[in-house]
Amino acid sequence: METIVREGTPKTPYVRLDGEKGIIEIKGRSIPENSIEFYKPLIDWLEEYSSDVNNDTAVNVQLEYFNTSSSKCILDIFKKLESIFKKGQKVEVNWYYEEDDEDMFEAGEDYQSIINIPFKMIEMEE
Amino acid sequence: MAFNITEWYNDKLEGEVILNFNGSITPDLITEALGTIENSLNLKNEKNKIRKKVYNVFVECLQNLYHHVDKAPVDLHDNQQNNFGVIILSKDGSFYRISTGNFVDKSKINVIKDRIDQVNSLSDKEIRMLYLDIMSNGEFSDKGGGGLGMLDIVRKTGNKLEYYFYKYNDSHIFFSLDVYIS
Repeated sequence: METIVREGTPKTPYVRLDGEKGIIEIKGRSIPENSIEFYKPLIDWLEEYSSDVNNDTAVNVQLEYFNTSSSKCILDIFKKLESIFKKGQKVEVNWYYEEDDEDMFEAGEDYQSIINIPFKMIEMEE
Repeated sequence: MAFNITEWYNDKLEGEVILNFNGSITPDLITEALGTIENSLNLKNEKNKIRKKVYNVFVECLQNLYHHVDKAPVDLHDNQQNNFGVIILSKDGSFYRISTGNFVDKSKINVIKDRIDQVNSLSDKEIRMLYLDIMSNGEFSDKGGGGLGMLDIVRKTGNKLEYYFYKYNDSHIFFSLDVYIS
């Protein structure tokens, strides 16, 4: 499967989707006006990936901040991952947040309460 | 007395103004405005937590404008008719204030009012429940809005939204919103 790498921009995060290694990374900020346009190809990639998973999947999310329209798209990503997990594959989400950033911590808790996959909250020192 | 947009604008320029803009709200303007506030010394010297909160709420306010403004009245400057909006970020004592202003059609007043009154009436816990509920429904408006902006602003700031509707003419209403981050 093709590996997708998107460099970060002032409004969109760095993204790496590596099917061979089973690594999914989203880092930086996500504040596009049209989130669907940005996330749709990533969700399509996950759809394809989910039909052909043969290893563990590690998901690293390290967002600085994101807008509300991204929040819905990020949830869609987690839903795809949840369906992989439900098929019996190992999936683990690492949700990174800066030590005093309660907004990002709460956002992680929000997803955790909706999505049923192992979720690790990782505090980073400033 | 008729509503005077210049007076309104001048009233909002209280405190140390970090950014003030009036004109067409476009994606490029939003990127540029964010760049400006990121370079502000006031914010650079803030705690990480507050700084990010201000960026986040500022972007949400601007994108709310981008997704929701109606056409400005014809007697406003010609080049300002499309997507006309105002945004001011200032530091006033111990808090940051974000003021936005934009024109809305008279017919939308009740929808906006009900929405804000509802958000303002909820407890922190209720706001979170409603946020999760709307986030899970997966719906987007034609312009890509997710219907979470106001909720997110109240959730992040912990403060109620202050708003006013000013009658501009028979069809146009000027909607003014103040958000406080402390």
